Amino acid sequence: MTTLPLREALIFDSSRPGRHAGTQFPPEDAADAAAAGAIPAHLRRSVPPLLPAVSELQAVRHFTRLSQLNFSIDTHVYPLGSCTMKYNPKACNAYAMLPEFLARHPLAPEETSQGFLACMVELQEMLAEITGMKGVSLTPMAGAQGEFAGVAMIRAYHRARGDLARDEVIVPQAAHGTNPATANMCGCVVREIPCDADGDVDLAALQAAAGPRTAAIMLTNPSTLGVFERRIEQVAAIVHGAGGLLYYDGANLNAILGKVRPGDMGFDVIHMNLHKTFATPHGGGGPGSGAVGVAARLLPFLPVPIAGRATGRLRWFDERDLPQSIGRLSGFMGNAGVNLRAYIYLRMLGRRGLGRVAGFATLNANYLMKRLAAAGYDPAYPARRASHEFIITLKRQNREFQVTAMDVAKRLLDYGFHAPTTYFPLLIPECLLIEPTETEAKEDLDLFCDAMIAILAEMRDEPDKLTQAPHTMPVRRLDDVRAAKVLDLAWKPAV
Amino acid sequence: MAFIPHTDADVAAMLAVVGVPTVDALFDEIPERLKVADIPGVPPALSEMEVGRLMQERAAQDGRAAMFIGAGAYEHHIPAPVWAIATRGEFYSAYTPYQAEASQGTLQLIYEYQSMMCALTGMEVSNASLYDGASALAEACLMAVRANRTSESRRVLVPDSLNPVYLEVARAIGHHQNLEFETVEFDRDSGRTTLEALERYAGGGAAALVVQQPNFFGVLEEVHELTDWAHRNGVLLIAVVNPLSLALLEAPGAWGGRGGGRRGADIVCGEGQPLGVPLASGGPYFGFMTTRMQYVRQMPGRIVGRTVDSEGRPGFTLTLQAREQHIRRSKATSNICTNQGLAVTAATIHMTLLGAEGLARVAAACMRRTEELVRALTRHAGVRTAFSGSRFHEAVLLFDRPVAPLLAALARRGIAGGLDLARRYPDLGPALLVCATETKRTEDIEAYAAALGEVLGQAA
Repeated sequence: MTTLPLREALIFDSSRPGRHAGTQFPPEDAADAAAAGAIPAHLRRSVPPLLPAVSELQAVRHFTRLSQLNFSIDTHVYPLGSCTMKYNPKACNAYAMLPEFLARHPLAPEETSQGFLACMVELQEMLAEITGMKGVSLTPMAGAQGEFAGVAMIRAYHRARGDLARDEVIVPQAAHGTNPATANMCGCVVREIPCDADGDVDLAALQAAAGPRTAAIMLTNPSTLGVFERRIEQVAAIVHGAGGLLYYDGANLNAILGKVRPGDMGFDVIHMNLHKTFATPHGGGGPGSGAVGVAARLLPFLPVPIAGRATGRLRWFDERDLPQSIGRLSGFMGNAGVNLRAYIYLRMLGRRGLGRVAGFATLNANYLMKRLAAAGYDPAYPARRASHEFIITLKRQNREFQVTAMDVAKRLLDYGFHAPTTYFPLLIPECLLIEPTETEAKEDLDLFCDAMIAILAEMRDEPDKLTQAPHTMPVRRLDDVRAAKVLDLAWKPAV
Repeated sequence: MAFIPHTDADVAAMLAVVGVPTVDALFDEIPERLKVADIPGVPPALSEMEVGRLMQERAAQDGRAAMFIGAGAYEHHIPAPVWAIATRGEFYSAYTPYQAEASQGTLQLIYEYQSMMCALTGMEVSNASLYDGASALAEACLMAVRANRTSESRRVLVPDSLNPVYLEVARAIGHHQNLEFETVEFDRDSGRTTLEALERYAGGGAAALVVQQPNFFGVLEEVHELTDWAHRNGVLLIAVVNPLSLALLEAPGAWGGRGGGRRGADIVCGEGQPLGVPLASGGPYFGFMTTRMQYVRQMPGRIVGRTVDSEGRPGFTLTLQAREQHIRRSKATSNICTNQGLAVTAATIHMTLLGAEGLARVAAACMRRTEELVRALTRHAGVRTAFSGSRFHEAVLLFDRPVAPLLAALARRGIAGGLDLARRYPDLGPALLVCATETKRTEDIEAYAAALGEVLGQAA
């Protein structure tokens, strides 16, 4: 059993008027106060903001303690399907935070940017090679923004050809929620199509859906069902035949790194989640980075700016170089520091290391699937090879013992494992989507299996252990209904 | 093998369980003709020592200029504890806090962050952050059009004095949902937006008005009359603010309301970078957004709420998720799923350490240094300030000759002298946007002035 420390009071509770971390302030200076005095009275702040007034130690202790209330990759195994929670190498952070990199302004002149630009150009080129694409832009700031860029480019492409009727995006049922949300944000209509019993796209349904209104199909391959789309070439032929393009959601790129490339499968555009496949941190919910890669016909539409090679120097290419670009998606150049971390990771991985990622991620997933099946769990697609992830369905256990996937997820926390992804994909009842990644050792996978076996016994003998879980976290199960009804979204001082 | 722990014995044992002879055999469902043997474009692996040497060389190659560029990203002192704590593995390598019981640290921190952003902006609710300031404005425009029930219009009024890249980003994202952006001219003397320029849109001609305070030129807008104009005309007011400036400038929640109108901006957003996030080539930063409680269900992005657990003890969880893509799919308020958690972690620690008093001291020091810089640079003949309006910590200077060659010459002297406005504002003539923050001393400013003097070919 794992135990996290108990709760920590709000920082506001330590606040006292007159207390402060004074060494962090600029030195006291009458000239500063005089300058501030020049603000016209009606534009000056009337009531100071209620921010904490604490000592430096109080702040340090508070936030250090908060950190200890978290699970993280550095402290726990995270078998979180479709999220690729692999080790985030420390070197990536250390070298991305060299003082010169941190001090570099995004609008710094190119003369003093050649070192940084070299990293970005080389990263773009490596990512293009890895995905089989012709060009890459690093500017999207997260996966969903990469998706947005991808669909916007597809729309711009059709429009530039005068093909104005294409407003439908085909999405398989198992897709991530961001896919239909993105299509909608780009002004498209979503058409969902089913998968067949083995988890492949239903080709007849695809054939029926594809037509003169098809802008694109958005696919994850291997899919979120944890299996490789075996008929991807037929899928590409149908969609291209109907005049549509293929969009690759890079959520599961880790499964095929160095083995097969989306470009070779027929995809026209891809977004990558650098915070999954390329080991940059999730940071408790961001920042991500959602680089996009495109085939030749979409090159003119890439979002700007893009780092590139000019005669004798490197420079940013912007809308003056790419007049058909879908434009800018960020205030500057995207999440540059995340891109720098991905660059460092790729350089340490190297050519041979790259191919091993998919191999060992897939070995770990298939090993876990076999062991859990042998222990009495039901894989959703037992006849299929797992990709880097697989689905367990607890439909049978739910019927027999009235426990849910949520109960198992919460109980796993007590055993020291972060929960797998639950209730996704939506079409598999009571499911756990499990992705161990390549960086977990066999012993840790075995411990995870031991925990799952123990939980199976608890379902029979002591179901309360599951339905009341977790027991060892800083809090018990939280009242989400109350949270949404009685909205308490910000601290207010007691009156 | 890099980051892969498997021994040969592990691999053999695992393959035996799976029932395949080799790791490659696990890929037997992928058509053979699609497979690649190798990715030749990726160079051989470097050790950590080697990659460290490479990165140090690259960093040194760019050096460290004396920074006088602002334009939406600002050099500030960042207390040592900020990133020492933010990069602790428990924050750095944690996932999105969907498993609330195992993520109370991140969730409580976001709740504290939301509380601080509400306090700074004077608004009722905050989300857990968006990507950056520019994309936050794009989301704010989409939200305003959704939330404005009294106007059918999809038009957003945008003064020319807004950061022009923000408008470009809002356009790139908003035009897919048929948002129209109408630019409103600023007054060439003061550098401010005027009521006269807005009058033609009176009476329901727009859904929202964007007001940036301080504006792109560093000039302070007459926010009260602009807010009142918006509310008189059924237009929602979107405030774009520098959060540091709010230590001294009136909170958007208290804008307007003069003469009995509705008080306060309706949506407040902006770039969070000045709160403890390094310049770092433009990111990762974070966008913030706060609003009135009545619009909370129209707000995009994650939100953390305080609730109780099954034993009645307080705890924190993501809430109002029915707005979000993983639940609503194509009907979500946005496709966004990320918040910039790590940058928000840094900002929350930064705001805690500085407090209201510290932020006010920093903001005052920035104003003082910028005035000093303006005085020093305008000592040179042919250099003058562009606008008469009061300013915060940036200023536009007009020159009697093109700015680009001057900046190139300054760069060779180790000075990042500002942003050339020739491309975005050609009508101004040769113009330079400069900024000095609390990091600049009098000698740094004098060194810039002296270098400019040399470059201009005259004695300073």
